[in-house]
Amino acid sequence: MSAGPHASQRTPFQNPVIEWVDQRLPIFTMVNKEYGVFPTPKNFNYFWNFGAIAMFMLVTMIVTGITLAMHYAANTGIAFDSVERIMRDVNYGWLIRYIHMNGASFFFIAVYIHIFRGMYYGSYKAPRELLWIFGVVIFLLMMATAFMGYVLPWGQMSFWGATVITNLFSAIPVVGTSIVEWLWGGFSVDNPTLNRFFALHYLLPFVIVGVVFLHIWALHVTGSNNPSGIEPKTEKDTLPFHPYYTMKDSFGLVVFVAIYAAFVFFMPNALGHPDNYTPANPMVTPAHIVPEWYFLPFYAILRAINFDIGIPFTDIVFFEAKLGGVLAMFGSIAMVLIMPWLDKHPVRSARYRPKFRVALLVFVVSVLALGKIGGMPADAPLAHIGSFLLTTTHIAQILTLYYFAFFLVILPYLSKRERPLPMPESINDAVLQGQKSDQKSEKCCEA
Amino acid sequence: MKKNMEKNSMFKKLVLTSAALMALSVPSANASESKGVHEIVDVPFSFEGPLGTYDKASLQRGLMVYRQVCSACHSLKRVAYRNLEALGYTPDQIKTIAGDVTVMDGPNDEGEMFERPGRPSDRFKSPFANDKAAAAGNGGAVPPDLSLITKARHNGADYVYSILTGYAEAPHGVVIAEGKHYNKAMDGNVIAMAPPLSDGAVSYEDGTPQIVSQYAKDVATFLTWAAEPELEHRKQMGVKVILFLCVFAGIMYAVKRQIWKKVH
Ligand code: HEC
Ligand code: HEM
Repeated sequence: MSAGPHASQRTPFQNPVIEWVDQRLPIFTMVNKEYGVFPTPKNFNYFWNFGAIAMFMLVTMIVTGITLAMHYAANTGIAFDSVERIMRDVNYGWLIRYIHMNGASFFFIAVYIHIFRGMYYGSYKAPRELLWIFGVVIFLLMMATAFMGYVLPWGQMSFWGATVITNLFSAIPVVGTSIVEWLWGGFSVDNPTLNRFFALHYLLPFVIVGVVFLHIWALHVTGSNNPSGIEPKTEKDTLPFHPYYTMKDSFGLVVFVAIYAAFVFFMPNALGHPDNYTPANPMVTPAHIVPEWYFLPFYAILRAINFDIGIPFTDIVFFEAKLGGVLAMFGSIAMVLIMPWLDKHPVRSARYRPKFRVALLVFVVSVLALGKIGGMPADAPLAHIGSFLLTTTHIAQILTLYYFAFFLVILPYLSKRERPLPMPESINDAVLQGQKSDQKSEKCCEA
Repeated sequence: MKKNMEKNSMFKKLVLTSAALMALSVPSANASESKGVHEIVDVPFSFEGPLGTYDKASLQRGLMVYRQVCSACHSLKRVAYRNLEALGYTPDQIKTIAGDVTVMDGPNDEGEMFERPGRPSDRFKSPFANDKAAAAGNGGAVPPDLSLITKARHNGADYVYSILTGYAEAPHGVVIAEGKHYNKAMDGNVIAMAPPLSDGAVSYEDGTPQIVSQYAKDVATFLTWAAEPELEHRKQMGVKVILFLCVFAGIMYAVKRQIWKKVH
């Protein structure tokens, strides 16, 4: 028994059953190594809770989703009715559906904060680039999953949202129309579309689980980043994951779940659109077609490009406005994907990069503002400046410009030019410094 | 330390600026888009707020208004007569209510369709066989099913109340087509539904004022129940869940503090 390749690294367990299993499959050794004694920087703030929270949300979505699927019928004639039956006649069906429906929103909230954390503390930089890429892939898969899930209840917004978004692919030159018809399985969003969206909506979350596994595997190779952005050097810099971070994560999770529960029980439809309680009707177009809130910044970028892109003062057009919008929308996520190669500054944490810090916070504000604009009608007048009529589209264009400039101009520029603040020697020193200057706002976030 | 304070105030400025930006960018879509008014009355309903419950007497009066007035044009097809138990009716009363309608059933063993009185397990009977018939009977406009109306419109119950009480003389210069009516709550201010309520149209037995605003409030309450029959249960459960989570979070925080005490 002791001759196996893992035998040398294994410490025997007291419990004979666990020991028996572990000799044959060292799963307990692995769990202990990765989640028990795993050395973790000791200076995490509460931003580091959101990975565990996102994980919890993924499991919640899968459990509630499978339960819904037991009662849901993916057929345009009865999909809406089947969801209403879940709400009215299935025991606690309303609870399961509201958990799933609001769960999508809270999953995105957790993941957006998680991404912001990575940006602010430079977690995307070497050696964590691949870890970052897996994260962006998860984000893309989540968007696809949520988009298709929103189609399932077959309300007005389901139908018209699906129509608008799938139609975007028709902007692709030459093959666009064929692609759209292939996606639809026909000549409009209809029963075949609903059926395949359900199949994919069931499948993709499990693909996400797979990529999450890779994400965490990569994390455990490089180890976690931390608010100082300095790699742990000695044992003084780290703590075992358990009980320190299992406890801290659990506390943060309970607080997050309490806010989530407040939505589920007291305002379950606050984040949704009333039009989705009217059954889909291809003959009646809603006044404003808006996607779910978590897509609004990207929707605003899409609509901001309302002009053809070509050589000014000539008739040469490279992209029609529609294609330009689609490219800008996908490009905005591609920017996040290649962020590790746009920002080559040697210092990770924004704590020691005052200029990057400002640029990033302005970036966050512009994404929030894009979200606001995305929920408003395009070209809606906002103000008169002299004879110039300022509209929502103008604001969206300015914000989109900043979005791309942040990645393509500011990050490369600061990589070369920004002089960082003096850095502490180690995580331990960073913690001690923080304690000495007992400073209010930081203290709230420090362990 | 000084540097940190600077950092702080900068952060604050950013937060404030962004808040201001958000506030400024709101001139609401409605106001800038549709001309005309969009008057939604904020009615105090008993079911609002985290502890809100339905006023049973109001629900029963609302059911009367629906059955005597609205049901001539609007279906309520997601609600079954048996669900009326939640309004405080006994099984016998429900049988009587259901028995008031005649429904088509079948085929029987001879293969014939037949008519029978409604049963508690039936859903509310719809006034029209299909949308085409409904449109034909209402000058081309389909009266929407009311089972989800409070969830399908912004401002829910307030909106229903405002539609029912929002009829008025069209302002000067506004021309209303034949068969249409001016309404202050409706998008675009034109509605195909003739004012359905008038004072005294439904007789209440409990001494409640028999006026349009009261009818509107009662039927809006009833329709909210029709759309969200789980509302009371949901809120009561929510209070317990949130209390539990808060206590649990408190305990977790204490344990976490205890464990982390020795670190630094
Ligand atoms: C004579 C038939 C008739 C009666 C009776 C009637 N309605 Fe209507 N109702 C309509 C029609 C037709 C429409 C569609 C109006 C339109 O689309 O312009 C409508 C629309 C509505 C709407 C939706 C407005 C919107 O936002 O689209 C509500 C809410 C409504 N009715 C409530 C009621 C209530 C409550 C009652 C009972 C007190 C009632 N109605 C009685 C015919 C009727
Ligand atoms: C990544 C995880 C998931 C996300 C982000 C997600 C998102 C969504 C969204 C946004 C809706 C629409 C809710 C509504 O407005 O009604 C939905 C509906 C639905 N989802 Fe998911 N989902 C996920 C996982 C799953 C899984 C694993 C299943 C299992 C089969 C599932 C089954 C369903 C069903 C049956 C519906 C239709 C019922 C309804 O509309 O409430 N989901 N999902």
